[in-house]
Amino acid sequence: MAVDHIITKRFNIVDAHTLDGYLASGGYRGLRRALEMVPSDVHEEVKTASLLGRGGAGFPAGVKWGFCPPGVWPRYLVVNGDESEPGTYKDRLLMERDPHQLIEGCLIASYALGLSQCFLYVRGEMAEAQERVAAALNEAYEAGYIGKNICGTDFSVDIVLHWGAGAYIVGEETALLESLEGRRGMPRLKPPAFPASFGLYGKPTIVNNVETLSNLPWIIEHGGAAFAELGGEQSTGTRMFAVSGHVKRPGVYEVEFGVTTFREIIYADEYAGGIAGGRELKCFIPGGASAPWFYEEHLDLPLDKATVDQAGSMLGSGAIVVMDETTDAVAACHNLVRFFARESCGKCTPCREGTAWMEQILSRVLHRQARPDDLDLLLDICDNISPGFAWPPKMTTICPLGPSAVSPVISALGRFKDEFETYIAQSQARPRIPVASG
Amino acid sequence: MSRFIDENLRLAREIIARYPKPRSAMIPLLHLAQEQNGYVPQDAMEEVAELVGVSSAEVLGTLSFYEMFKQIQPGRYQVNICHGISCFLCGAGELLSHAEEKLGIKSGGTTPDGMFSLEAVECIAACTEAPALQVNYRYSHRSTSEGFDELVDALAAGDRTDIPEHGILATVRQRIPSERAAGASSPDVSEVPVWLGEG
Ligand SMILES: Cc1cc2nc3c(=O)[nH]c(=O)nc-3n(C[C@H](O)[C@H](O)[C@H](O)COP(=O)(O)O)c2cc1C
Ligand code: SF4
Repeated sequence: MAVDHIITKRFNIVDAHTLDGYLASGGYRGLRRALEMVPSDVHEEVKTASLLGRGGAGFPAGVKWGFCPPGVWPRYLVVNGDESEPGTYKDRLLMERDPHQLIEGCLIASYALGLSQCFLYVRGEMAEAQERVAAALNEAYEAGYIGKNICGTDFSVDIVLHWGAGAYIVGEETALLESLEGRRGMPRLKPPAFPASFGLYGKPTIVNNVETLSNLPWIIEHGGAAFAELGGEQSTGTRMFAVSGHVKRPGVYEVEFGVTTFREIIYADEYAGGIAGGRELKCFIPGGASAPWFYEEHLDLPLDKATVDQAGSMLGSGAIVVMDETTDAVAACHNLVRFFARESCGKCTPCREGTAWMEQILSRVLHRQARPDDLDLLLDICDNISPGFAWPPKMTTICPLGPSAVSPVISALGRFKDEFETYIAQSQARPRIPVASG
Repeated sequence: MSRFIDENLRLAREIIARYPKPRSAMIPLLHLAQEQNGYVPQDAMEEVAELVGVSSAEVLGTLSFYEMFKQIQPGRYQVNICHGISCFLCGAGELLSHAEEKLGIKSGGTTPDGMFSLEAVECIAACTEAPALQVNYRYSHRSTSEGFDELVDALAAGDRTDIPEHGILATVRQRIPSERAAGASSPDVSEVPVWLGEG
């Protein structure tokens, strides 16, 4: 079956964000279909689809849904619309261009699992997405798609729009719940606090990404099996990838998941169209700032979760960042590490102290004020955060943010060590000051 | 005089009622306070604390974690230039230098007339539209120096009425008509949802 566009199919319809535009293009058919089914059968369809989470970790949604302990009520749904991983740009588009599709997805999930209230957490900085979602919710309430006795059935659920206020770490699911409870967005130690069993207010909570949920209307309308037929073995359906950086046509492309290769999406004319200015590729990040870098030799790998995991990185949040041969690896590495240093929530020592030290060392190198043993110190700190630099990382921290900061360092040092050494060789000797001061 | 005006107080109570626990309304109420004042003054924190039933120290504790909440009045227009990886690769550094020159302030500063605050910020999810910036959280995609100058001049001349002043985020608010509301679901009431039947 040739279906390229599932979740972006309405992006060319100007009024798709309104209820009229949505209904005119087949909207709410998935919900109506679901309401004719037994809730557990809706869950089964999602399992059959083997829809992988699109927020970063790539965990199968249907399986996660099954982790809600039986007999514990109420259960909540929290939608993760905090999109802030550098390189990632898709959830904002889904919220701005097709908010009803997301709402319909929330309703289907709530119906299937008996979720009695839904919180739609939109990143604070996305004013237009908040407006589009608010307007869509208002229309859907008025038309009887949300709230009490949805479409005249005994299914009732409220969807509450909630805005964040600026903090990357809040995208981590347990930090998201803390934030939704009115606290500082600091991750919880898990286990035992996996949200499906101990989530919002200590109750079973499903946290799903915007893109994950946006797939549900299609899956229920066409069946889980039709979805599973698309894409690869495990990586089913389609997926949105943002291709940014040094390419001719940066853009967000929905492609069959698990099939299209990096070479195609970076070089093909219908996608990013190759490196801008006819330059050569230096490296690319396959899945957002947290992911280890890939190079020329990885171009023919398919955008498939298992394949990319095995090759030592991850597809993460569908963010491909391309760097051409003119890129300064030290500067790029510093840029990424600075992000994690600034966004560390400070709850655990290796991350809070380590990322700040790493940023300072890289900044020294970049300003040609490095010390001869700076690279050893950098690696030593990395080893404290992510012992042995294993992939996936062995963690000494509560959440994966700390180890994420190690990815660009190990990548850049592994491949472009000479660039670091050049900076160090050019560095002026400076009096020793402890790195952690100031 | 920075406590909620009547209309906002009513709205604040409406928002609180949507949540199973009042404390969950803290961030939404802080946004409302910032919308009314352009920042979150001390007495607004105290009022939010009263409304959601915590101490004002707890409100400060939460507020200070989040970048968007300002404790001192920023410029009328908060200009945020993205320096995340994709924008960095596509000239964010040059754009930021240009902005500093045009506005005559460094990143982190506010112009003496209180019109503009400038900041270099982390990724704003516009990576394929680099270099990107936001003015009061409204996007400008594929920004150039010339485009930046035009934007700033238009803002200064009051020609960009589509960009509300700092503090106002979404101009469309969620309304839950009371006759349509399913109601907040308390974590303390264990009930099988009716549509699951005996489930
Ligand atoms: C530091 C950090 C930041 C994250 N940010 C986001 C985010 O912005 N959006 C998102 O959906 N998931 C994010 N995640 C992943 C979530 O923890 C969670 O796995 C996801 O929301 C689950 O939804 P899914 O199963 O549908 O992918 C982040 C994880 C970490 C560790
Ligand atoms: S790893 Fe970093 S961000 Fe995550 S909980 Fe620890 S300090 Fe916070």
